[in-house]
Amino acid sequence: MLQALSQLSWPWRLTLGYLLLMLVLPLAALIAKSSTVGWAEFWRIATDPVALSAYEVTFVTALLAALVNGVMGTLTAWVLVRYAFPGKKLLEGLIDLPFALPTAVAGLTLATVYSSNGWVGSLLAPFGIRISFTRLGVGVAMLFISFPFVVRTVQPVLQELEKDVEEAAWSLGASRFQTFRRVVLPQILPAVLTGVALGFSRAVGEYGSVVIIASSIPFRDLIAAVLVIQRLEQHDYAGATVIGTVMLGISFLSLVVINLLQAWGSRHET
Amino acid sequence: MKPDGVSGVKPEPLTNPWLSGLLIGIVGLYIALLLGIPVVNIFYQAFREGIPAFLHRLTERELLSALRLTVLTALVVVPLNTFFGLCAALAIAHRRFPGRALLLSLIDLPFSISPVVAGLMLVLIFGRQGWLGSWNLRVIFAFPGIVLATAFITLPFVAREVLPVLEEAGTDQEEAAKTLGATPWQIFWRITLPNIRWGLLYGVILTNARAMGEFGAVAVVSGNIIGRTQTLPLFVEDAYRSYATASAYAAAVVLSLLAVVTLVAKEVMERGSHSRRVF
Repeated sequence: MLQALSQLSWPWRLTLGYLLLMLVLPLAALIAKSSTVGWAEFWRIATDPVALSAYEVTFVTALLAALVNGVMGTLTAWVLVRYAFPGKKLLEGLIDLPFALPTAVAGLTLATVYSSNGWVGSLLAPFGIRISFTRLGVGVAMLFISFPFVVRTVQPVLQELEKDVEEAAWSLGASRFQTFRRVVLPQILPAVLTGVALGFSRAVGEYGSVVIIASSIPFRDLIAAVLVIQRLEQHDYAGATVIGTVMLGISFLSLVVINLLQAWGSRHET
Repeated sequence: MKPDGVSGVKPEPLTNPWLSGLLIGIVGLYIALLLGIPVVNIFYQAFREGIPAFLHRLTERELLSALRLTVLTALVVVPLNTFFGLCAALAIAHRRFPGRALLLSLIDLPFSISPVVAGLMLVLIFGRQGWLGSWNLRVIFAFPGIVLATAFITLPFVAREVLPVLEEAGTDQEEAAKTLGATPWQIFWRITLPNIRWGLLYGVILTNARAMGEFGAVAVVSGNIIGRTQTLPLFVEDAYRSYATASAYAAAVVLSLLAVVTLVAKEVMERGSHSRRVF
């Protein structure tokens, strides 16, 4: 082992050394700390009612946002690939904005626009719908942050699609909807689901935009990431570590799902 | 194919103007509500009291010192992660070995870990009750902690952008240079670097954008001390919370311009390499 290490070239040694220091060591610190908590105590903190409601708000809202973007992102990719219309360039340029805009700025402007006296929020306020400082606000922030993923995974697959098959289905008497459901959808489904999973994973971990648009009240719109910070601020390191470890577990799980979906997608291509 | 009812041939499937108009309308409305209006709002809020007022906010002492800290952090993190990313990409490209997929997912890990959890990990190492807590290193609530948190979050970008370019370029040119007697350094400077320069530049731009905009991880480790450990994104939140909304939007404009530069760079890169990129 040591001999093998000494034979490595210096880019290798630097890469492994940096990864060890920057990634493996912090991961080890988190796992080591959570293992000192003890199993019974870990379970008690991880299933505390406030924590359970924070997971529910985080995961359910993130899943709903990712699914809405699954539909809207696919539709956006379709419109961008298949149609020509004025303003298309502008639309195309806006898609990646959530990747590039700092999350604090996103939270700030969404909180203003969707507050009950904001540009969009004031249109909904008469109907009794409040978005900023409620769970709906968490949802809007998560929609924003996860929007580009589905568009960017589906778009290249749609571009590669052979139009002949659709035209064949169409001329054999399939309706517009049947053509889409039977011919197009099966081919883009792996990409759509990959995009949904990526968007979900991003939304679950999101902090910056949500903390600004939400009121972070337990049992209402408190998300797991904010709960970690609250526990740290109370110097409750065990509490923060346990909830952080649960979030880390979910991250690993979604990583596995994403890899499986991508493998499925590439098998589909060949 | 023309629509022709007489011979019973259906019109071409994708050219129903009503349907396409409706779909374009739905997408346009959705993007306007989610992205367009919020972006316009940033600039509207920042400039609604006029440009002199905006400039006055922009030159407030707290904002300037936050900006200074953000730029300083990027100046340390971007070169560090560029160097690491290059090393990793050069080491991994063109080689197949057991554990390669694992190593690649390890490099990608910061993309899927919540920034808050990343910050927490650093607290557990360097914080007062952490592993190295008794060494009294001034990392947490100080500049080194901000740098480490930012470096963690932005670690994958350069390697992720450079690796596919290296794989695509192949090794023929480098091997030719080697047989002609070039030293490894000559090969790197004359062949490898020119081949990967666009991917590298794009990776650097992404690293920089994320480094300057990072919020969650930095929020955990910085302590948010005004004028000392408050970065520009932290300033935005702090100003908003203390009802200094105009100052928050002045800082937001600076950060938005960073995003605009990043998006324009992406557009230019795509035109150069004729490929679509997922960030």
